Amino acid sequence: MNPLIDLSRDLALARPELLLVAFALAGAIIGAWFKDRSFTTLSTLGVVAILASGLLSVALNSGAAVEIFQGAMVVDGVAGFAKALIAISAAATLALGADYFTSTKEQRFEFPLLVALATLGMFVMVSAQDLISLYVGVELQSLAAYVLAAWRRDDARSSEAGLKYFVLSAISSGLLLFGSSFVYGFTGSIHFDAIAAAVGEGAGGIGLIFGLVLMLCALGFKMSAAPFHMWTPDVYEGAPTPITAFFAAAPKVAAVALMARLLYGPFVELTGQWQQVVAALAAISMVWGSVAALIQTNLKRLMAYSSIGNMGFALMALAAGTSKGPSSALIYLALYLPSTIGMFALILAMRRAGDSAETVSDLAGLARKRPWMATLFTMLLFSVAGIPPFAGFIGKLAVFTATIDGQVYWLAILGGVAAVVAAAYYLRLIASIWFAPPAEQLQSPSSTIMLTAVASAALSFPVLVLLLGALQSAAENAVRMSF
Amino acid sequence: MSEIVAGWPILSIVTFLPVAGAILILLSRMSARGENVGYDNGVKLLTLLVTIATFVASVFAFAAFDFNNPNYQLQESIPWAFGASYAMGVDTLAISLVMLTTFLTPICILASWVIEKQVSSYMVLFLILESLMIGVFCAQDIILFYIFFEGGLIPMFILIGVWGGDRRVYAAFKFFLYTLLGSLLMLVAIIYMIATAGTSNIPALTEYAQSTGFDQNVQIWLWLAFFASFAVKMPMWPVHTWLPDAHVEAPTAASVVLAAILLKMGGYGFLRFSLPMFPHASHYFQFFVFALSVIAIVWASLVAFRQVDMKKLIAYSSVAHMGFVTMGIFSGNEQGIQGAIFQMLSHGIISGALFLCVGVVYDRMHTREIAFYGGLVNRMPVYAAVFMLFTMGNVGLPGTSGFPGEILTMVGAFQISGWIAACAALGVIFSAAYALTLYRKVALGNIENPKLDKIADLDAREWVQFVPLIIATLVMGLAPTYVLDFTASSAQTIIAQFAGAGQ
Repeated sequence: MNPLIDLSRDLALARPELLLVAFALAGAIIGAWFKDRSFTTLSTLGVVAILASGLLSVALNSGAAVEIFQGAMVVDGVAGFAKALIAISAAATLALGADYFTSTKEQRFEFPLLVALATLGMFVMVSAQDLISLYVGVELQSLAAYVLAAWRRDDARSSEAGLKYFVLSAISSGLLLFGSSFVYGFTGSIHFDAIAAAVGEGAGGIGLIFGLVLMLCALGFKMSAAPFHMWTPDVYEGAPTPITAFFAAAPKVAAVALMARLLYGPFVELTGQWQQVVAALAAISMVWGSVAALIQTNLKRLMAYSSIGNMGFALMALAAGTSKGPSSALIYLALYLPSTIGMFALILAMRRAGDSAETVSDLAGLARKRPWMATLFTMLLFSVAGIPPFAGFIGKLAVFTATIDGQVYWLAILGGVAAVVAAAYYLRLIASIWFAPPAEQLQSPSSTIMLTAVASAALSFPVLVLLLGALQSAAENAVRMSF
Repeated sequence: MSEIVAGWPILSIVTFLPVAGAILILLSRMSARGENVGYDNGVKLLTLLVTIATFVASVFAFAAFDFNNPNYQLQESIPWAFGASYAMGVDTLAISLVMLTTFLTPICILASWVIEKQVSSYMVLFLILESLMIGVFCAQDIILFYIFFEGGLIPMFILIGVWGGDRRVYAAFKFFLYTLLGSLLMLVAIIYMIATAGTSNIPALTEYAQSTGFDQNVQIWLWLAFFASFAVKMPMWPVHTWLPDAHVEAPTAASVVLAAILLKMGGYGFLRFSLPMFPHASHYFQFFVFALSVIAIVWASLVAFRQVDMKKLIAYSSVAHMGFVTMGIFSGNEQGIQGAIFQMLSHGIISGALFLCVGVVYDRMHTREIAFYGGLVNRMPVYAAVFMLFTMGNVGLPGTSGFPGEILTMVGAFQISGWIAACAALGVIFSAAYALTLYRKVALGNIENPKLDKIADLDAREWVQFVPLIIATLVMGLAPTYVLDFTASSAQTIIAQFAGAGQ
């Protein structure tokens, strides 16, 4: 086979990633030349580039899994599905961030470039087909994220967030490499198919399990699953709000999709082994995410625990160990994203005299002051709380279905109880919005914010009713093609 | 009349007409230049018209319904995701409860005329609530049922929390979380059932449960999961504690809806799911439910006797009356189940009317304390007469609709166990004690409190509110066979399903 012909085919299939690379490099040059004046242009271009790469990923999906770059990456259903979700959420949070930094006069041109690079890292993660590209993807995403967390370099909290994220994340990267080396050592390959074959022949034993568990811990850290969640509340609180929104959305998809690929790809033969680990991660995340959120007064810390709990539910689907597991996790994420992004958009909108809302009591009396925003916020909150008829309920339904399909009944019941505890703190926000007397007058929200919020709320209910069937079959087809 | 609606999705129209009204109000709010009294009155009027239109639509549905056919009718079905479908359909049990809902909602809107703050939000939530309540009874798909069943919590939570009394936030949280915990366990059970039976269609699930049947050991767990949800909703002792709080703090109309309709969802659930789908477990737990019912009847009646708050007293009397319903349902014989259905409909009307009676004096004096009142008959003779009628209904006086339900459920229970029926009969005596004492303290005697000197009798709006309820109470009391003959077909189906597979 001619390696050059091979390469041109591979490059064609890697167009989404190449587009992001091109944008990041060209943007760096433009930024170096025009400095921060190019912020608005670059942000707009960034949104377009990220959305285009997402669209391309869906379009390139040929209906069968194709390996590229000598098996380093794969273009398949799960990758396409996850990339579309990542692109949409990254673009939405980039638009929100551009809007926010314009109003706070922090227009530094690196912002869209870093978001694009993080997105590129996530694309590589979800397409990874061997241990090296897995690690490279994770690190590319993480490095961009560290810088973003420390975005306000003069602000103590933001710098602290960046440093904390970096140090703790570096440890988890070490764990990931350490685990990968075990896997390589005991199976003799870094390529997922070869690992799967080796595992199928009974290679490994305790050493392989050890490596797998280390890798799971590291990925648990990246997706902020308890008990590896310690960094999450601090980083969420310290980072500027639109960057927190970014952390809460796209990287979660990438981490869950990567974990699904790892568990249901190379290690599918070891289901009995990893199932307990994933179930434990899921259980601890759900319970701790819900219980700890009850006492939070800071909105961003509360959102951090909310995302920990939600990752617990996504992991619960993965713990099923049947083919319904990964597809339900993807459906869950697809329905979780709009609620999260919409909520962050509305948190950004709660501005009075330049300060964005920080505490739950800042929401007080929103229903009196701005009934429309209150209605949207309420819909989104009920959605993440998993109350029907909103999207979050459908997501929970999918996850519970997968868990029961995998006969992990105790986890399903525990999930039900955790969901009630979680509902309690979402209700606290709703109570603040509706029941408390109004606080000070708010500034008018920008059109970007309102557009995002309206779109998210629409996706959480009316549009969803029509599109749910399509979403479900897309997720199931993606999983069927990939694993 | 049935030809008019032939080919129309009449159940969907009945269900979603209120939501359409809610959307109309939301749109009007967008174009309105700020909310003022004129706008608020317009919204109230529009809501009233929409709820009346819904009632008319439900009458059309009722007319299109074939009384002699025991199967589900007026069916609609559109496939959806996860194997679920948007399937609607009613039998005689379901359509009776739909009629109860559409009948009471306009009365609730009339009772809400006194609302002054955030009127448009209130009316929107109330209309959404009505849609969800009707949907619960019409749903033919268990997932759809669950969506309506749970979705109803949202508007109720906000209604209690915004327009309620002093401890409204506490009551709203308690109501929501209590019900949610029960419901999520039920959701897990529902998903298990769908996975096992391979369908989420309620008639098909019932068919599966009757022919193949769920494994008897699993049935016990499934039954308990459903019980967790319905017992809280009902509410049964000892998980009733959310009810007095929610009732007391809710605005009048929300109390009416809570007592008259939301509580019926528990009974409906037992009749629709627990008995036909888990007959073995229902037999197994029969005495467990009897025990809880009798405790509820006796204990709640005694607690009601000691209340100082009028609404709380009526709330506890609801717990007692729901005890009769659960007792009747789990007798599993014709008298028991027919009595339970009748009691549900009758309690919907009587307890709703009693809450409206409390609302009348609360709107005037802004207190529900029993000791505050006394001698109202001197200043409000018409009110006193109306209140008297519904008090007697609550006691179960023959001639009012309260009587047939109580006597039938006791007859039903007597066939299973004489002791259970005897204990329940004690509750009837107690209910006379607390209800008549309440009436004596509030209405009879001389006016001692000078603040009551100026209190006015019922006005025209309140008249309109009570007249349909008075008629319904008397008709159902004097001619119960109209209702009983109508619900007989559903009852017989359920009895056969309960008896057939259970032995």
